[in-house]
Amino acid sequence: MSKEREGAYWKENLRLVAALLAIWFIVSYGCGILLVDWLDQFHIAGFPLGFWFAQQGSMYVFVVLIWVYVFRMNTMDRKHDVHED
Amino acid sequence: MSVMTWTYLIVGLSFSLYIGIAIWSRVSTTQGYYVAGGGVSPLANGMATAADWMSAASFISMAGLISFMGRDGTVYLMGWTGGYVLLAMLLAPYLRKFGKYTVPDFIGDRYYSDTARLVAVICAVFVSFTYVAGQMRGVGIVFSRFLEVPINTGVIIGMAIVFFYAVLGGMKGITYTQVAQYCVLIFAYLVPAVFISMLLTGHVIPQFGFGAEMQDGGHLLDKLNGLSTELGFSPYTSGTKSTIDVFAITFALMVGTAGLPHVIVRFFTVPKVSDARKSAGWALFFIALLYTTAPAVAAFARVNMITTINGADGQGVLATEAPAWIANWQKTGLIKWEDKNGDGRMFYAKDDRNEMTIDRDIMVLANPEIAKLPNWVIALVAAGGLAAALSTAAGLLLVISSSISHDLLKKMIMKDITEKQELLYARVAAFFAVVIAGLLGIFPPAFVAQVVAFAFGLAAASFFPAIILGIFDKRANMQGAISGMVVGIVFTAGYIIYFKFVNPAGNNASNWLWGISPEGIGSIGMLLNIVVTYTISHLTAPPPAHIQELVDHIRVPRGAGAATHH
Repeated sequence: MSKEREGAYWKENLRLVAALLAIWFIVSYGCGILLVDWLDQFHIAGFPLGFWFAQQGSMYVFVVLIWVYVFRMNTMDRKHDVHED
Repeated sequence: MSVMTWTYLIVGLSFSLYIGIAIWSRVSTTQGYYVAGGGVSPLANGMATAADWMSAASFISMAGLISFMGRDGTVYLMGWTGGYVLLAMLLAPYLRKFGKYTVPDFIGDRYYSDTARLVAVICAVFVSFTYVAGQMRGVGIVFSRFLEVPINTGVIIGMAIVFFYAVLGGMKGITYTQVAQYCVLIFAYLVPAVFISMLLTGHVIPQFGFGAEMQDGGHLLDKLNGLSTELGFSPYTSGTKSTIDVFAITFALMVGTAGLPHVIVRFFTVPKVSDARKSAGWALFFIALLYTTAPAVAAFARVNMITTINGADGQGVLATEAPAWIANWQKTGLIKWEDKNGDGRMFYAKDDRNEMTIDRDIMVLANPEIAKLPNWVIALVAAGGLAAALSTAAGLLLVISSSISHDLLKKMIMKDITEKQELLYARVAAFFAVVIAGLLGIFPPAFVAQVVAFAFGLAAASFFPAIILGIFDKRANMQGAISGMVVGIVFTAGYIIYFKFVNPAGNNASNWLWGISPEGIGSIGMLLNIVVTYTISHLTAPPPAHIQELVDHIRVPRGAGAATHH
């Protein structure tokens, strides 16, 4: 396998991880901690919104993020021909 | 049937199941002992990881903590789940491709240094023992409350069970018992939560019931905020901790989770790199089932507790008419009532009207009794608490035993022992680890609760940066990694020791560095480690060519093969 191909795969991988971790940061540290008091003025299903992100929403997003990563990486592995058999 | 009969029946059945699995999954190779032969499916590994991770603290204590802390309890919810995103994307697939048995293995090989390996072994053993002491104590408490045997007898029974399947089956035995234990513990957690949610709000799903309107009108959270303010507490849905401290604690718990050796090794047990990613997805899914239910349980329990003690009219309930659970738990000393105003009524509040002392740990265990659920549900909760504690204890004991037999003996001190001898040493080490863990449960050192911050802080400040940089920075070298780990550990340990032991009186926000508590300081230790490792690595010679090739090798999935000696 060529070094170039590996390099391209690695760059694309890093871009994907950076994007997903940005969302990870925004929902947990952003909505659940830094903006929590401001968001509490809105309501969702009986919850103050900031409180909901802190005790519910952030965790749902975490699960979704990992599965998005799983599927995108499987596609990416094939595209760059580095997948396992 | 009485609660006790149900408990003997359900706990007895679950224990026989664990022993049956142990006999079925005996191993005779080190590969089987350390990584279950590398043939675990991602779904099974996800469940095993969830049980491995969710300890007595998650099952028994967490909802109680949140119940008393309100929104501040969020640090545990996000902190103990968010780390899996980091694990899935930054660690698990690469460590699986690396394909060896332990975390010190990776640190020692990647930084081509036995000093680095030794630092990692010491951290792994320390972190695991800190953690396992709490599990054994949890086993003892469940036994003493539900089966009315002395705490020490409970601990010894727990030790015997763990010893049986950990020593006989190694990782393989542990993996499949953890799968069974996950099923027991999640069922035991969800059943009472669903019952209580239906009783209070009419919603089957606690995650919805939590925000919904109550059967007697008004939103649950509004009612809870109202009750809290009336009794002198701060409103349930707003916090009292400073934002920077909440941020730092959450971050330390997240990176600490991602750096815990007993969690990381679980990803060595699957056949492929893509399976390691999937395992992380399943693991967090299974964990989130409990973790999104916990805050609902916390809120329900708080409403139920306040209304049963203070009465629907908020005037206090006569002690002579108090429900049975109060008397049951008074026997264990975990609930205390002192009739200060002599009116014969109990009252719970934040201010000086308060007459109750309630241990936070009982909220989950007492919850089914408070909500008057059937006896079999109460027994089920006991079995669930035991499953949570035993599964975590087993995972930790395996880390301790493999650190000794593999990393310390085979890799450093007795390099020419055969596989058979190594396996024997692993079992001997597991035996001693079980005994020490049991002794820590029977004679809990006063500082167990104090040092939990240590486990996460040290994992965050030592392993996490060393592993991440080992994968993502090809330039990271031996000199950098060793100085980084030492600086991270010394800083974090020093800060915690100072505030917990040297100057506990000064342990408050005005003395903390930037307002960060000892629980959150691991996040600063981690950043320090990264800065030091990066700087020193770039000032000294790059790692040798074969190490740079190793890094290239672990970055692509193809060619993983089963975890093995190279």
